[in-house]
Amino acid sequence: MSHTFFIALSYILTALVVAGLILRAVIDHRIQARALAELESRGVGRRSRRG
Amino acid sequence: MIRELANPTRFMSLSGTLLPWVGGLAALVMAVGLYMVWFTAPADYQQGETVKIMYIHVPAAWLSLFFYMIMASSALGTLVWRHPLADVSQKAAAPIGAAFTLICLVTGSLWGKPMWGTYWQWDARLTSMLVMLLIYLGILALWRAIEEPNRAARAVSILTLVGAVNVPIVKFSVDWWNTLHQPASVFRLGGPTIHSSMLVPLLVMAVAFTLVGVALHLSGMRTEILRRRVRTLTILEAERLDAQAA
Repeated sequence: MSHTFFIALSYILTALVVAGLILRAVIDHRIQARALAELESRGVGRRSRRG
Repeated sequence: MIRELANPTRFMSLSGTLLPWVGGLAALVMAVGLYMVWFTAPADYQQGETVKIMYIHVPAAWLSLFFYMIMASSALGTLVWRHPLADVSQKAAAPIGAAFTLICLVTGSLWGKPMWGTYWQWDARLTSMLVMLLIYLGILALWRAIEEPNRAARAVSILTLVGAVNVPIVKFSVDWWNTLHQPASVFRLGGPTIHSSMLVPLLVMAVAFTLVGVALHLSGMRTEILRRRVRTLTILEAERLDAQAA
């Protein structure tokens, strides 16, 4: 196969960028979910829930 | 439907159900697409196996425009209809669109070197695509620069709508200017000029990329809603502590 280097590098870089997006989405979601759970466990509620 | 989703809690519930299905379908279609690219799609009579770069380069280019259109319609939703989830959608779409624009530019360069003999040429399509990446980066920077979400959303919406002028320039640059980049070969008035043995894997890969993008967008919106709840509760907690101290 000719130009293997260019083809392989294209696919590897694309895989890395997409994997980075997925990883970022998972980590960011976990951080926010944990922060929200901590706040709620301290009894901080939204105005709407206070009645 | 859009009005029903205006309630973030309802959106969280619906997207929570939808996300695993979209993610799973994306993985499945991507696997089928990659199989077709590597085991059934023929080599090009001129480019040889280098044409395999097309199957990621072209979908990435489409998604770059697709996410910009999502951002532009969300910007209208923010400025005109003040839809509560419009700016959430816009903020979640920006990094995804920027990433696919980067993929498009990098794979285009890696395709260009063996085919054109150069990684880069200041031609209309390549330059307008680079401008697209710079607009995405500007939008991301503006989101970070303004702390208050509603003010940031309005400023970003205006910038997004101004930047939308670049979308038709990217799309039609190869028709308006006769440059190094090849003319449109899939979405054109006379129909696709690519043989079905290459067109079908390309469309399957485009669907796979779109599903990945939609899954990332839904996930990003969910995280942004959580981030705003965290922000609101942090402010409420600070207010409560201040009141107790006073």
